[in-house]
Amino acid sequence: MSLSTHNLSVGYHDKAIVKQVNLSIPEGKIIALLGPNGCGKSTLLKAMARILSPMEGHVQWQGKNLHSIASKKLAQQLALLPQTQPIPEGIKVKDLVAYGRSPYTGFWGRLNRQDQLIIDSVMHETGITELADQLVSELSGGQRQRVWLAMTLAQDTPYLLLDEPTTYMDLSHQVELMHLLRKLNKQGKTIITVLHDINQAARYCDHLIVMKQGSIITQGSPDSVLTQTLMKDVFSLNAQIHRDPIAKTPMCVVE
Amino acid sequence: MATRSLPILLLILLGLLVANLMFGAVSLPFKHIIEGFQVGNANYFTIHEYRFPRTILAMLVGAMMALAGALVQGVIRNPLASPDVLGVSHGAGLAAVFYMTFFPSADISWLPAVALIGSLIAALMLWWLCGQHSSTIKLAITGVALAALYASCIDFLMLVKPLEINNALLWLTGSLWGRGWNQLAMLLPWLLLIPCALWLAKPLNLIYLGDDSAISLGVKASTLRLVSLAIAVGLTASCVAICGPIGFLGLVAPHLTRKLVGGRHQLLLPSTMLVGAILLLLADLAARTIDPPIELPAGIMTAIIGAPYFLWLLFRTK
Repeated sequence: MSLSTHNLSVGYHDKAIVKQVNLSIPEGKIIALLGPNGCGKSTLLKAMARILSPMEGHVQWQGKNLHSIASKKLAQQLALLPQTQPIPEGIKVKDLVAYGRSPYTGFWGRLNRQDQLIIDSVMHETGITELADQLVSELSGGQRQRVWLAMTLAQDTPYLLLDEPTTYMDLSHQVELMHLLRKLNKQGKTIITVLHDINQAARYCDHLIVMKQGSIITQGSPDSVLTQTLMKDVFSLNAQIHRDPIAKTPMCVVE
Repeated sequence: MATRSLPILLLILLGLLVANLMFGAVSLPFKHIIEGFQVGNANYFTIHEYRFPRTILAMLVGAMMALAGALVQGVIRNPLASPDVLGVSHGAGLAAVFYMTFFPSADISWLPAVALIGSLIAALMLWWLCGQHSSTIKLAITGVALAALYASCIDFLMLVKPLEINNALLWLTGSLWGRGWNQLAMLLPWLLLIPCALWLAKPLNLIYLGDDSAISLGVKASTLRLVSLAIAVGLTASCVAICGPIGFLGLVAPHLTRKLVGGRHQLLLPSTMLVGAILLLLADLAARTIDPPIELPAGIMTAIIGAPYFLWLLFRTK
């Protein structure tokens, strides 16, 4: 296991939100972090992306403490798409995507041929090629989300950490994104994503991790995780589990 | 457009350099300026001893103050922030006036160091009052209030020590009057901060995207913030030690430049230095030629333009 947490407690201002979590991320899968608001799923993701420092325990990357690894080296291994981003003024779409190459470029950030090829390809994959010369500040929320995703992909890392990537996207772009994640996964990337939509997670992800009040309640394949009791225990909802008529994955319908 | 503005700005700067040598209490034709660099020429004193060092000084101070503003705006992602708005300039000014009033016979070459201590204290004061995650408006308003406090302390010092008033008065509003080769030599070592700042262009781009993205891209966000602010404080202090607090330059110049060339710091930092130099040369030219032979301090000219600009920014920020 490349990425794991050991007795990890982490939070803000001395208040632990994630409490003593032991977790091994299964390699080569699409993993969804699920749970109600405030359960600590984003906090756990941020700790695994070394944005937050542990209060207790540690995060391990290939046998080493995450925080002991040189930051530029680690940036070639793990990429994070944060939940909210500031709107940068005076930055063009193609410049923002190019910033994703920073872990590979020299001190002045000059791009070589290979950098340019990767930038072009991720812009094509996320469908933003025609926005290249527009200012990021002039885009819609959904377009901006795709531009940030493209920047994260330009980082070209084996591990991708996404914090609610479908926020602000309309339904068709959400579906496109989930298909893109599947494609990237087939290319060998491990993807860990916080999601709100349980059915979306069950349909597109291989492994679900469900959290409540800072602890992991259960994890496993969508079939083994999604049950009536879980919906009741974690989300306080009376729901039935049915089978998606097309993908044959479990699907929860609220009563 | 963005890349073309660099040569255009350079041309404007060159034009203003010549204009600042030609115009003043006495206007000189271009030919006399060239001759004025030769020892023994009738205009040698006016050009070589007076206008030339002052012009170069205005260019450097303008560039350095603008650069300091761009660094601060970059790392705290706040369009209202700059060393002058945050009270760092006036903190440096207060320390310098204090030094001149209480140690009138002390060595003047210590002024930059004294100003540096003053601006550091001002920066720490702001940090202590606002903390790391304060809102855009809170930081700006606290800074303006602190700047006003330091300015009134300067006034108080001048009232209780009226004998030294002349020196300090020149300081208050930020002026290039009487500044020459000595001050230029004093500023020289501090120019080393400029390449240090340019070295940070790439990580500054990334921290502008937010701390989370910056860290994920391999930037040590808190270290970068500390180093950038330290360089900005050093640039500000060295300029204030020489010309006094020249208001709003550090706020307006980077802001205008961002509109002109965009937000990539590889272009933004050099351009903002050019814009800052242009603005201060313009301000000093205006200050010397509006009502000759009377000279207004350049700081008053920058405030006339800068204060409304600041208000406009303040009302625009939600």
